[in-house]
Amino acid sequence: MPEPLLDVRDLRVRFRTRQGLVTAVDGLSFSVAPGEVLGVVGESGSGKSVSMLAVLRLLTNPNVTVSGEVRFRGRDLLTLPDKEMRAVRGREIAMVFQDPMTALTPVYTVGWQIAEQIRAHERISRKEAETRAVRLLSDVGIPDAASRVHAYPHEFSGGMRQRAVIAMALSCDPALLIADEPTTALDVTVQAQILDLMRELNTQGSAMVLITHDMGVVSQIADRVLVLYGGRAAEEGPRRAVFHGPRHPYTWGLLDSVPRVGGPRLRRLPTIAGVPVSPGALPEGCAFAPRCRLRHDRCAERPVLTPGDVASHLDACWLPPDDRAGLRLTARAAGGEQSGEHGEKQSEKQGRDTEVAS
Amino acid sequence: MLVFALKRFGSALLVMFAISVLVFLIFFATPGVDPAARIAGRNADAATLAQVRHSFGLDRPLPVRYLLMMRHLLIDRDLESFVNRGSKVIPQIVQATPVTLSLVMGAALIWMTAGILMGTAAATLRGKAADPLIMLVGVVGVSLPAYWLGEVVNLLTQKQFHDSLFSWVPPPGYVGLGQNPGQWALHMLFPWLTLALLYAGIYARLLRGEVVTALGEDYVRTARAKGLSERRILLRHALRCSLIPIVSLFGLDFGALVGGAALLTEVVFGLPGIGKLTYDALQNLDLPVIMGTVLYAAFFVVLANALVDILYARLDPRARHA
Repeated sequence: MPEPLLDVRDLRVRFRTRQGLVTAVDGLSFSVAPGEVLGVVGESGSGKSVSMLAVLRLLTNPNVTVSGEVRFRGRDLLTLPDKEMRAVRGREIAMVFQDPMTALTPVYTVGWQIAEQIRAHERISRKEAETRAVRLLSDVGIPDAASRVHAYPHEFSGGMRQRAVIAMALSCDPALLIADEPTTALDVTVQAQILDLMRELNTQGSAMVLITHDMGVVSQIADRVLVLYGGRAAEEGPRRAVFHGPRHPYTWGLLDSVPRVGGPRLRRLPTIAGVPVSPGALPEGCAFAPRCRLRHDRCAERPVLTPGDVASHLDACWLPPDDRAGLRLTARAAGGEQSGEHGEKQSEKQGRDTEVAS
Repeated sequence: MLVFALKRFGSALLVMFAISVLVFLIFFATPGVDPAARIAGRNADAATLAQVRHSFGLDRPLPVRYLLMMRHLLIDRDLESFVNRGSKVIPQIVQATPVTLSLVMGAALIWMTAGILMGTAAATLRGKAADPLIMLVGVVGVSLPAYWLGEVVNLLTQKQFHDSLFSWVPPPGYVGLGQNPGQWALHMLFPWLTLALLYAGIYARLLRGEVVTALGEDYVRTARAKGLSERRILLRHALRCSLIPIVSLFGLDFGALVGGAALLTEVVFGLPGIGKLTYDALQNLDLPVIMGTVLYAAFFVVLANALVDILYARLDPRARHA
């Protein structure tokens, strides 16, 4: 296995709040290989964004403490001096944020803002930087880039702004691009375009961390998937393995709640019962246990990520490792009974998951 | 741009017309107020009153009187004071204008510099001891009334320490910039500081809030993710966007002050500016002078607002094509 580009070990993010210490990310470990796309999924509040902001040290609030180790190309980013950290941000690791409407400074032109980033890292003239901004904008598919480079963010549509933000993120050829729900704020056709754009980038060799709560997006472009729940990793593995043979009950829930395009329509879309765990009240044991239909005594103890049938496919669950597919059916049936109907129907359609996934 | 300028000009004329009518009506159509009685003096008999009325044109219909006054003020430019007959209104205003402009411009320079420095510093040092300290200084500045502060400054510089520490401070009054720039600045120094202290506090507080909000915006996070230095993020992104609302407030304050709102400072420091002129005219109910100064003030407020609009569009591209 090649040496990972980014290797995060035991990352912990705590917020000091009025209700006491809140743990948003609790001992998270993961790695990203060069050129790989890691999809990070989970509900709102599962610690997806916070963990990535922590990686880039963008959590500037004094009430936040971050501990653990974030190794990037052999250096621990968490202990790097500010000046060196600035050289990493934007040049080696770039980040694209969720809401393109507010991510750009409203008073400067798009081109100016791209050139600003280039000039922060490279000693080139204003003119050269601007030429490069034009090229970047046309690369990400903005028509008539030579004149649009002088436009202000408010003169761009949402999709164009996100393209501009991506162009900016790519301006220094980063080795790793972290995209925090890059398509959530956009409408569906634009989403598809942005995803195409990101896939294209990946073929050019940059590694990517894609944060999303949209399983469809992950199934389209991720190489590996990391499922987060309550600030902890629930499951991690290659995309096909996770989508075809999900092992953690939480992943089952996530996959089952994706509406299917083909086949007979379900009377009611399955949901994960209960509400996401509050980071202020993480249980001692398995974080998902209160919502899990298959919880048992062992769940009071905290599970660790352990390999299942394949060494690269890990999950943090105390259920017997061999017959997870069978257990999934049991859980579904239990869920069907609870909502009073169609437990059977659902299990029949289990085979369709593969269609969504691939 | 031309259409915009014409529109602004048209609305400015309308505002000034409305103000002049209002001022005119307040003095001539308010029941129980008789300018003739004031001009004629106490216990004047009916014949004197009638004579005064006639010689001042007060016996003619209101619209005619308004038009006559406007004609004298704007076209013939020979409108005379009611109180000191023969002294013309316009030269008085022309004489007072540079005094007020010197005072307000200098003070504005000081308060904007101090306000921006204090506000930005407090916002950056948020959560540390310096932030509430700076804001406390600001509040103290806001709470000290100009007339009191001015008197204290005068007491200290002209009396208590005049022989020692402040021997270089000239007596209150005004020296023209053209006559002696050094003396001009020296005479204006304490008036400037006194007037600026109040506004510096207000602007510092306002700007601090704006910068703190801006520092929490998404675009600041983007700027940080780009690898920019904290200094650049603060100055080029957060502060730059925070200045937009400050500028519109500044326009209003500046216009009002040039229009005579610096009265208290002018009176305390013996500066014969527009505020002082208006104040004296009001004491005597000297309508022509009041009309002149009020129109002059309205002109500056309108002008300042137009300038702010232009500046605002320069600062905020979103306002440009609206």
